Amino acid sequence: MTKVKKVLVIGGGHNGLICATYLANVGFDVQVLEARDKVGGGAASRCFAEGYTSPSLSIAGYGINKKICKDLNLKFSSNTSQHRKDTIALDSQGNHLTLSDGSVSGKSLSQSDIDAYRAFQLEFRSYAKALQPLMMNKPPRLKDMDRQDKKTLAKLGWSLRFGLGTKSMREFLRVGGINIYDVLNETFDSPLLKGALSADAVIGQHMGPRTPNTVLTYLHRLWGEVHSGNDDKANDQIAHVLERSSLDAGVRILSDSKVKNIVLEESRCTGVELVSGEKILADIVISNTDAKTTFLELVGSRHLDAMFCHRVNSVRQRGSVAKLNFALDGLPSIKGLSEEQLAQRLIIASDMRYVEHAFNHAKYGEYSSHPVLEMSIPSIADASLAPDGKHVMSVSATFAPHTLKQGWEAQRDAFTEVVVETLGRYAEDFSSLVLHSELLTPEDIEAQYNVSGGHWHHGELSLDQSFMMRPVHGSAQYDTPIDGLYLCGAGTHPGGGLTGVPGHNAAQRIIDISKSSN
Amino acid sequence: MKNYDAIIVGAGHNGLTNGAFLAKAGLDVLVLEKNTYIGGATASLELHKDWKYSNCSYVCSLFRPEIYQALDLGRHGLEVVPLQGSVSFKQDGDYLGSYHQPTLWRREVARHSKRDADAAVRFDADLMKWCRLIRGFLLRTPPDPASFKIRDAMEFAYLLKRFYSLSESQIYEFIRFFTMSIAEYLEQYFESDIILAHFSGGSIIGTGLGVYSPGTAYVLLHHAMGDVDGNVGSWGFARGGMGSVSAAIGSSFKSFGGEIRTGAEVKNIVVKGRKATGVLLASGEEISAKTVVSNLDAKRTFLSLMKAKDLPQDLIKRAENFKIRGSSGKVNIALDGMPDFPALPKGSPLTLGHMHFTDTLERLERAYDDWKDDKWSKDPYVDMVIPTQYDPTMSPPGKHMMSVFVQYCPVEPEGGWTDEKRDAFGATVIDQIGDYSPNFKDLILHAEIRTPRELEAEVGLTEGNIFQGELTLDQLMFNRPFPGYAQYRGPVKNMYMCSSSNHPGGGVMGAPGANSAREILRDLGRTDTTPEDFGDD
Repeated sequence: MTKVKKVLVIGGGHNGLICATYLANVGFDVQVLEARDKVGGGAASRCFAEGYTSPSLSIAGYGINKKICKDLNLKFSSNTSQHRKDTIALDSQGNHLTLSDGSVSGKSLSQSDIDAYRAFQLEFRSYAKALQPLMMNKPPRLKDMDRQDKKTLAKLGWSLRFGLGTKSMREFLRVGGINIYDVLNETFDSPLLKGALSADAVIGQHMGPRTPNTVLTYLHRLWGEVHSGNDDKANDQIAHVLERSSLDAGVRILSDSKVKNIVLEESRCTGVELVSGEKILADIVISNTDAKTTFLELVGSRHLDAMFCHRVNSVRQRGSVAKLNFALDGLPSIKGLSEEQLAQRLIIASDMRYVEHAFNHAKYGEYSSHPVLEMSIPSIADASLAPDGKHVMSVSATFAPHTLKQGWEAQRDAFTEVVVETLGRYAEDFSSLVLHSELLTPEDIEAQYNVSGGHWHHGELSLDQSFMMRPVHGSAQYDTPIDGLYLCGAGTHPGGGLTGVPGHNAAQRIIDISKSSN
Repeated sequence: MKNYDAIIVGAGHNGLTNGAFLAKAGLDVLVLEKNTYIGGATASLELHKDWKYSNCSYVCSLFRPEIYQALDLGRHGLEVVPLQGSVSFKQDGDYLGSYHQPTLWRREVARHSKRDADAAVRFDADLMKWCRLIRGFLLRTPPDPASFKIRDAMEFAYLLKRFYSLSESQIYEFIRFFTMSIAEYLEQYFESDIILAHFSGGSIIGTGLGVYSPGTAYVLLHHAMGDVDGNVGSWGFARGGMGSVSAAIGSSFKSFGGEIRTGAEVKNIVVKGRKATGVLLASGEEISAKTVVSNLDAKRTFLSLMKAKDLPQDLIKRAENFKIRGSSGKVNIALDGMPDFPALPKGSPLTLGHMHFTDTLERLERAYDDWKDDKWSKDPYVDMVIPTQYDPTMSPPGKHMMSVFVQYCPVEPEGGWTDEKRDAFGATVIDQIGDYSPNFKDLILHAEIRTPRELEAEVGLTEGNIFQGELTLDQLMFNRPFPGYAQYRGPVKNMYMCSSSNHPGGGVMGAPGANSAREILRDLGRTDTTPEDFGDD
């Protein structure tokens, strides 16, 4: 019998936990090192004022991938209704639109838009499904492919050619590389509908609706939604459920253990050194942090090839979303919205020009004067998040670039004010309800969650940073130029969101490599 | 009544090129032109009394040398004079000069940043690598990814083989180059603002994109892949203006027995029994032909030249959605003398090349933001040349002609174009030049300002788009102009397309015309007269 391999996972975010659990399940001895006081990373809850808790950093519309839920037997105590949260695009006059799975409704919508939306969702969801073989495996190399790579490419080719059929494949090849602006203009009339859909394509990215590549980011989001294994109302439990399942699998979790550097011996990774000075040895080290942190900070550029470092250094991951948590004295009243509707995911993006203008500022190191907002009031479904009668509102504000020209320190209050004002245009009583507020700029997210740039996806989801080029080529198949060191974070293929697929793929890869080397 | 072998609608350079190869193969060909002159957007006209100018396209480089040789254009009077370098002026009074002489160029870059001087060598080498690779695809018909035909599979195999001549790392770098924005691509190499701005300009010319839009790195290549006398990436002036290019192709065409009729506007392509049988002129005259080729852009071809009843429904929708937004304007100026540029040393050769006045990426991007809101750029990017420094045939002795290409200019500003708005747009450009040349405004004898409105009205470029269709991934290669129609064959039998709306797109290249001729001759079972690409040189 071969010796049990000892594995260290740096970072207990959801991808790290998933990767750890898979490995522990097949007999590895796995330890997760978490810098913060609890695991879960961006998926963990956060107490931002006494008695008020925000469930997580992101307001994702989808959860952990189905296959992972099944493999790891993840159990969510899902509440009442099974259907996904709706997205409600707010209109200042009260003519809101409700976007549910595959259909849209709203007083102001024309029948042709309603029909077009159904057809559009069907078509785009079929593209998202067709990409599945590529997403659930390591991205194939384009030269010197191994058997797995060839299989992935063949499956992808088959699913595009025969899964989609001639007409849809042609259409997919046409729109796949362009911007969502042109596609939505071709398809719909309603400015609010177009605004909401384009917001979905750009939130979390440094892109505007007119930026080519936004069809891809929209597909990425749909892909997460289509294959989501848990009701998104259960998203708040993700951190907890994953921690439970990893502990059950025998993973040991060490919190408050920030890693200082990765220890190398003759260009092989042999363990890590903690900030506390403690050294932990291991056969395999897996980094759940982004590529920049892993290679440039934890490993150190002197151990790496110059061109490789240059590529890592060039990865674009300037975060552009700020998170705001509000403690509210009561529910805000938005014209034309019932309490049940208030519990859904709300979006402020009145039209595509609004979103594009919001993005214009980000290009020049300014925050949007009229930001795109994504909101939820989780305390409606879960009263334990706030004291009786009070509420918690989570807001993602786009665009708030990581690096402001004048620096964030002097601009924090001004930006919070901008967000409150924007909300006030839809809920007149909003500002009077605010008891506490917390602003997490990308700079704060970088510092507190250990993600360079504070980028949701640990790197822009652009074509040049996707698939076999994610995070950079030379390290896109989860292994790295350093023996024994692997990546499993959102910065790897297929990117961020709550899917957990990077952690899944990385675990598969490590298991395959260990098998072949035994 | 005479039945031609082929009729070509539109005597732009692609129509003439197409006609020349068909005539060379022995077909009886007629080219019909609406205007009284040939060349379309490649013509030399009178700007002012005794001043000639190139009406739209103004410099020459992309024209395929294979076509030049196959049609013997040198003998038909085409002479291209290489252009010397370029210069970008800075707001602080400094400038960046681009010289052909490598040591001079290196020293100049180092003046702004030593690090960038090293990076420039790497950048040039990389760009050249992509140029060579992409040039091999220009004179080929794009394969259809949805087809099961052997020919398409073979073509894919050929492309893959070319692709696989690169190393693995180069393959990824190539994909990245294709999908990145020029600004982000260049930021991997350079640090100095002026150098970033200098290199980026070329990649937004004619597009509806900004320097930070993914896909613009490719557009840079689209402009850089041409050559003059085998010098890849260099530009040149056609002696006598760009009209000399179409005049030479026209002359070559006639020498093979082709016939041109100007002032003959085509109203419709006549379709009988799902076959094109000829054309109907605006005058009411009908001319029949065995083959009809449209050199108009995809929108005009399918939405006005052909009748809806002759077309499949989905094609009409595609044509309506075809993206052809214009984004450029042009100011042509007759000058009483040579303007001074005090930033440059006396006698500097840099005025001989392209001149630019934008020194940061932010200014370039802000110019784009204006366009997105249907305004002309308050601080536009201009590409300015004074060809009369080389070519005395275009103006009286001692006088000059200046051609100013302006990015961006909207298809239609709010409320539509008026003559006042057009002049205000022109004034923005003239003011910008005036900021760098104190005597410039006094030298202006006549200025002709053209917005997309004028470009559309005169030469029939829909919405004033100089490429006859935007160069974005949904409209490139097998998607150009529409998926399933990228092999130059129209939706009805005996009808073909040869304009820049087809692969490989705009620029005075001649490649769409030649590629289309190859497909026509193939269908007719005639000898192929079109040239193969020279391959790697």
